[in-house]
Amino acid sequence: METIKKKRTGPVIFSEYKRGDAIKKAILMTREDILFELKDSKLKGRGGAGFPTSTKWMLTAAAKSDDKFLVCNADEGEPGTFKDRVLLMEYPELVFDGMVVGGYTIGSQKGIVYLRGEYEYLLKPLQDYLEVMRKDNLLGKNIFGKKDFNFDIEIFLGSGAYVCGEETALIESLEGHRGEPRNRPPYPINTGYLGRPTSVNNVETLAAVSHIVVKGGSWFAKFGTDKSSGSKLFSVSGDCEKPGVYELPWGTKISELLKIVEAKNTKAVQIGGASGHCVPKSQFDRTMAYEDVATGGSVMVFNESRDMLHVLKNFMEFFVEESCGQCTPCRMGNVKLLEGVEMIEKGEYTFAHINKLKDLGRTMQMASKCGLGQSSPNPFISILENFNDEIFNAGNGGRNGK
Amino acid sequence: MESKKTLRAPVSQKPLVIEKPENPEYIGGSVSIEINEKKFSVPLGTTILEACRQNQIHIPTLCHHEDLCVAGVCRICVVEVEGMRTLQASCAFPITAPIKIKTTSNAVRRSRKHIIDLLLSEHYGECYSCFRNNNCELQSLAKEYGVDHYSFGHIQNPRYEVDNSSYSVVRDMDKCILCKRCVRTCIDLQEVGVLEAIGRGHDTHIGTFWDKPLAEVICINCGQCINRCPTGALRANDPRDEIWSAIDNPKKHVVIQTAPSPRAAICEEFGMEPGTSLTGEMNTALRRIGFDVVFDTNFTADLTIFEEGTELIQRLYNALVKKEQVALPQFTSCSPGWVKYLEHFYPEYVDNLSSAKSPQQMFGALIKTFYAKRKGIDPKDIVSVAVMPCSAKKFECNRPEMVDSGFKDVDYGLTTRELAQMIKEAGIYLPEMPKSHFDDPFGEASGAGLIFGATGGVMEAALRTVVEFITGKKIENIFANADITPVRGFEGIKYAELPISDVGPVPKLIAHLVPDWNWLKGATLKIAVVHGTANAKKVMDDIKAGGKFSECHFIEFMACPGGCIGGGGQPIPTTPEIRKLRAKAIYDEDKSLPVRKSHENRHVVEIYNEFLTDGPCGHISHKLLHTHYIKRGKYIA
Repeated sequence: METIKKKRTGPVIFSEYKRGDAIKKAILMTREDILFELKDSKLKGRGGAGFPTSTKWMLTAAAKSDDKFLVCNADEGEPGTFKDRVLLMEYPELVFDGMVVGGYTIGSQKGIVYLRGEYEYLLKPLQDYLEVMRKDNLLGKNIFGKKDFNFDIEIFLGSGAYVCGEETALIESLEGHRGEPRNRPPYPINTGYLGRPTSVNNVETLAAVSHIVVKGGSWFAKFGTDKSSGSKLFSVSGDCEKPGVYELPWGTKISELLKIVEAKNTKAVQIGGASGHCVPKSQFDRTMAYEDVATGGSVMVFNESRDMLHVLKNFMEFFVEESCGQCTPCRMGNVKLLEGVEMIEKGEYTFAHINKLKDLGRTMQMASKCGLGQSSPNPFISILENFNDEIFNAGNGGRNGK
Repeated sequence: MESKKTLRAPVSQKPLVIEKPENPEYIGGSVSIEINEKKFSVPLGTTILEACRQNQIHIPTLCHHEDLCVAGVCRICVVEVEGMRTLQASCAFPITAPIKIKTTSNAVRRSRKHIIDLLLSEHYGECYSCFRNNNCELQSLAKEYGVDHYSFGHIQNPRYEVDNSSYSVVRDMDKCILCKRCVRTCIDLQEVGVLEAIGRGHDTHIGTFWDKPLAEVICINCGQCINRCPTGALRANDPRDEIWSAIDNPKKHVVIQTAPSPRAAICEEFGMEPGTSLTGEMNTALRRIGFDVVFDTNFTADLTIFEEGTELIQRLYNALVKKEQVALPQFTSCSPGWVKYLEHFYPEYVDNLSSAKSPQQMFGALIKTFYAKRKGIDPKDIVSVAVMPCSAKKFECNRPEMVDSGFKDVDYGLTTRELAQMIKEAGIYLPEMPKSHFDDPFGEASGAGLIFGATGGVMEAALRTVVEFITGKKIENIFANADITPVRGFEGIKYAELPISDVGPVPKLIAHLVPDWNWLKGATLKIAVVHGTANAKKVMDDIKAGGKFSECHFIEFMACPGGCIGGGGQPIPTTPEIRKLRAKAIYDEDKSLPVRKSHENRHVVEIYNEFLTDGPCGHISHKLLHTHYIKRGKYIA
């Protein structure tokens, strides 16, 4: 793609990579070897949930079926995340090579990119790119002369629902249904797209796979921490001088990141998007890693001028709208939490009620059908707890409790 | 994209596919699990809900329904599974490995209470102004969990307009709790699919295509959604007020006909166990309410056998002897839900439908002609009511072509539920009523008419008559006690073949239509019985593809699972078990009747002698007892 290819630097994802290298190497390896490399790399899913990629692919590879699918989750709907867009725009070779490797590993002939509806402008350039890959035999039949290794990629445009980033809702949407999460079990690795074993992987995971295959699992595991290997792309936005996509090893302290992006007077950082956690200043020495503050990459910086209750309201409004409406705790719970925020805003609340809502939030975390409802109370609980003082005692428009 | 199979229902709502694990320890056998620290052994793939219910551990449910596939959306049935971060919906969790389950932990109790509170907060209205008062699953849950106040408030203003555009089904979405039973009923059980969730998040609601009124979409009016709705969001269009005022009006002669199925199910509305027939008691109650005469729809069911049976013989004769192009197989037309289904989904097959009206409409036409004349009553003063197990009958009696008597043939269709309500309003406890008979001139009908209520009943009734007509032998010689068991039972699609080895003389009544039966000698009568429109779809697709069912001669179709006993106007709830008991009540009553064959019903023979003088399918009967159908396709009319 001949777009604004800006030179980015980073230890892993943005390190040197030549188109097709991963595929060339992979087809000389056995499927088991690739799975072992991945296992050594300890790569975990980059969408946020952090499921070990080697396990997911191993299970999909082991599932018995004539047809299997590899789906690249490019729905990137989490507020404040835009790293997948950068990867697709500037490093499509990483993502698509990763998909071909994935197809080879799990024994699939078909890859599908579920592209976020709002990224429609990427559709044409990506399709052109795939066409070039086909011409160069990076896609199609007998890829690079590997007998009986056929793999092709199609791009499917989403319709703009946040919940379709959830893998089973994404599959429903791919099948042409309403984007609603399925019951699990069965998991997509067994019963996915069209009822076939399907592996759904994040864009960044697939990009990492390309590097791992070329450079080795142990090379990848050198970066980051023991439990969070490799590096992570962070989409930084908000009150800072240099917003953008940064590649940093896992285990980077929040304060370090803030320094890099030149954030000043920072009051809070929302890590992991709307459904993530709001980290107050006092905890800026915490690290971003699966074992500490886990994230799919979204980092929103708020400085002293921001009203945290307003921030919270914004998130809750988002969830009220983006819940798929299927299960009770999420559909109605988010409404009640938003009502609670509005009560605080107007100063018409009791602490008893707010505590009841926090309790409701815990029910939502436990009883919701999918990750959306299970994580949507996170900002409500973390912001009200971490900014208790500001929200309830600042005297902002009569917010003192009754 | 991959060439798509026709997946009508979302996969998330299909039954789970369980792959048996490789570990031989589990294969094919059972899994030992722990529920609340007690050990149980359950077959592999059993859901947690089933496992609990089998072992007398109560788990509340809302979206779960025995007839429907899994949804897992209400989350009321959540339980704790050791080792899992979140609670699991027990209805949607198949057990494939030894697990430890807790059904009463703090997190479980708290979640259930919260979910009930959340549902109540947006459940508009109050219980005492709801027709489901005392028969509402949400209300029962609130009671079970001791809800004594609205924790998260209670909605004060309605959000949606009540849709009462349909003659049959009224939708009040303010009472909807989005369990999606209606959606699954419509799309999975009935293969109609007019209902689906619309909107997202808080705006989610169940709606039709473009949120059109129900009367403007291809709803078949079967009312199965009503029977499965846990709350009062769906109900039938209720004509009680109009009927009461007709009863109160001394100038009106109010006639009621009662279908076979309500009498077998109405006991449930009075707190009795399913499966008791209250035929005689109902007759008395109807008179005490103020109906002037009480007729038995089974009479016209017997008449239907004559008309429909004769039509079948005519079609076969024309096809086999006269070599004419005739639409075969002949489909039954008693079920108005099925008729509308066919009109919408297979309009090219309307000629296969028997032109005979349903028993309800035949009776309607006779009451305002034959009966009015005999009694010397001006038909315009007759108000004709039909108690039916069915919501589609309300639509049927309002079909514009159903005015062959010169008036609206049947004025009101009343469901079993609504009749029970009227009986209660009249201060009557039905089970206590003395028994009484139906009124003349139609009197008591045959058992053949009675079994119209269960799937396979129309076929059995037809066979009892047609076989005796053709072979000249008693049906009892072929099927013991005249119980034609191959067409009974709840299998979705039943198929049977009946070889005709001997033929007898042609009965006098139809002697003018066929000279003899020799053309049928050695033939094999192929029949099928289908209930539930999802099964009908399978059979229709097979016919379209020229499969086995295209060679049938006669097929009975019923829109509702179980036939009329499972109709959309029957008492709520409905389960396979309840339907079985209702069917048993009907078959038991049939056994006890002195006359069990339509052609032995002397009142029917009389009416052919006196009124329908040119016989079955003759000119008069064609005017009054037969109708035509509309090739609707995707259009409403």
